[in-house]
Amino acid sequence: MTAVTTKSRGSFLTWLKTGSGILTAMMAVIVIALIPAIIQGGLKLFLQRVFDSLNNGAVYAVTAIALVIIFKATTLINFAGANIAMFGAYVCWWLNTSYGFPIWIAVFVAMGTMGVLGSLIERTLIRPFDVNDHLPVVLITFGIAAILEAFAGGLWGLEFHKFPSPFPSDPKDRFTIAGAFLRYETVGTLIVMGLMIYGIYLLLNKTKVGLAFRAVSSNVESARLVGVRTGRTLQFGWALASALGVLGACLVAKQTNLEPAFMAKLVIFAFAAATLGGLDSIGGSVIGAFIVAVVQSMLTGYGQEIPGLGWLKSNFALVLAFVLILVVLLFKPAGLYGTRRIERV
Amino acid sequence: MSELMLKLSGVNARYGAIQVLRDVNLEVNKGEVVVVLGGNGAGKTTTLRAICAMVTTTGSIQIAGTEVVGKDTADIVRMQVAHVPQGRGTFPEMSVLDNLMVGAYTRKDKEIQADIDRWMDAFPRLRERRTQTAGSLSGGEQQMLAVARAMMCRPELLLLDEPSLGLAPLIIEDLFRRFGEINRETGITMLVVEQNANLALEIANRGYVLEAGEVVLQGSAEDLRTNEAVREAYLGA
Ligand SMILES: Nc1ncnc2c1ncn2[C@@H]1O[C@H](COP(=O)(O)OP(=O)(O)OP(=O)(O)O)[C@@H](O)[C@H]1O
Ligand SMILES: [Mg+2]
Repeated sequence: MTAVTTKSRGSFLTWLKTGSGILTAMMAVIVIALIPAIIQGGLKLFLQRVFDSLNNGAVYAVTAIALVIIFKATTLINFAGANIAMFGAYVCWWLNTSYGFPIWIAVFVAMGTMGVLGSLIERTLIRPFDVNDHLPVVLITFGIAAILEAFAGGLWGLEFHKFPSPFPSDPKDRFTIAGAFLRYETVGTLIVMGLMIYGIYLLLNKTKVGLAFRAVSSNVESARLVGVRTGRTLQFGWALASALGVLGACLVAKQTNLEPAFMAKLVIFAFAAATLGGLDSIGGSVIGAFIVAVVQSMLTGYGQEIPGLGWLKSNFALVLAFVLILVVLLFKPAGLYGTRRIERV
Repeated sequence: MSELMLKLSGVNARYGAIQVLRDVNLEVNKGEVVVVLGGNGAGKTTTLRAICAMVTTTGSIQIAGTEVVGKDTADIVRMQVAHVPQGRGTFPEMSVLDNLMVGAYTRKDKEIQADIDRWMDAFPRLRERRTQTAGSLSGGEQQMLAVARAMMCRPELLLLDEPSLGLAPLIIEDLFRRFGEINRETGITMLVVEQNANLALEIANRGYVLEAGEVVLQGSAEDLRTNEAVREAYLGA
């Protein structure tokens, strides 16, 4: 926001009319509306709300990256992703609570299991269809989502289950910064996210399968013509995205608790994050994730103090996510850092 | 006595219900440069796509004596076939260097880096722009990249689809001179689709003329250059 004020007036007006300008202006309006409440609340409360948003930011980022990976390779939104992640979190919880697997082992086994399931889904349900005909594939991903939700409910019930925290989670496990609390769990989640992004960077940029994946994402026909087996490469993308989604779900399940729809409720924020950052940009979607999380935290924290908006309560964040998606698609379809726009579903 | 690199016999090709190629017969000897001429929509691109299994094809296509109809594109490429598609087919979001790396995707030897150097020597522009994305290159530079990328798989058969499309006359001349050099230096076999018949026939040994999906004329480059119909239709004489 500081960059805005330093621009000269003429170019500022033209910039304001661009997609980025409209987006930033929208964010600025929200922030300005919140300023009185923020000042009144004091630095400590503000800092606390920022810290509280970091955990969500990391989880949105991981979930958004899973969406982006499938989108990059296929220009499709994978509507099954959220429930593949949800199912994986159940597998993790089940291994941990029923079989005594240490939590991190359970997380990795669940990631592997759903990675295999993801690759099987690609091979059996996605590949037989024409890649250029998006509708059947989108319907299939919806179907898979519904089936996984039904299975999770059938196997483990519709009630909430407590999910074990993968990090030290005693109420005392926290840093105190300027009076605000930064929980070890939050720090741990951020570290795991950072490692994961670095891992993906290495995988995509330093390995042969990563090279093939980038080639398929960039130009499928040419990728075939240099000998890339595109089917197998997409299968790799599905496996990777599914495993990542499970990691995201396991990082957030401690807060939300497990129930069959818990990831479906959260994925809208990840989708908003990916749309904002650019659906084909991994880095952009991480930035988008933290913007969405901070704005969400500020709105739910301070928003009720804006006169006349008290009735919106925490649902307001969901509304904001939808509005954000709409505004981005209308004014800056490629997102902040993306290169492609959503042309079909 | 020359060996056959490529032999199409009775090839039909279709996109869905639309039949595009009808009973195409075409031969290319090892080390030869053969040009395919024809108007827009004649089926030139489709002929090259049929060779790489990128379109539904019946009939027989043999590469160095091996039947390839029914094979996978990825397996045909592994028979040392490189295809520079119409419109260049670079990977726009990837760097010039990565584009060359992808070209060597099927290789497992240790000389990939040496080959990258070699093609950057041949096209110094590519070295200057090696970290730039392919999409940010000029049309001519992209065409150089497309050719260099194709050469990275050390092909024995190079399929070029209208390499001159959208390029300035001087650049086209330079490019065709390079094709001639590459052919002489490496002995690579080339099948070139071209609308720029003058230049193509200069470096070609033989040529075919396609019309509405059928071969209507074939002969040595010399014969085609002097043929009345060809001169009228493709040489602007
Ligand atoms: N993907 C496709 N689906 C349906 N029809 C196609 C497709 N691609 C090409 N065709 C049709 O096949 C015919 C031959 O096309 P092709 O691209 O082989 O022509 P061409 O000789 O390469 O022409 P140009 O000089 O314009 O590149 C055309 O009538 C075209 O409309
Ligand atoms: Mg063509």
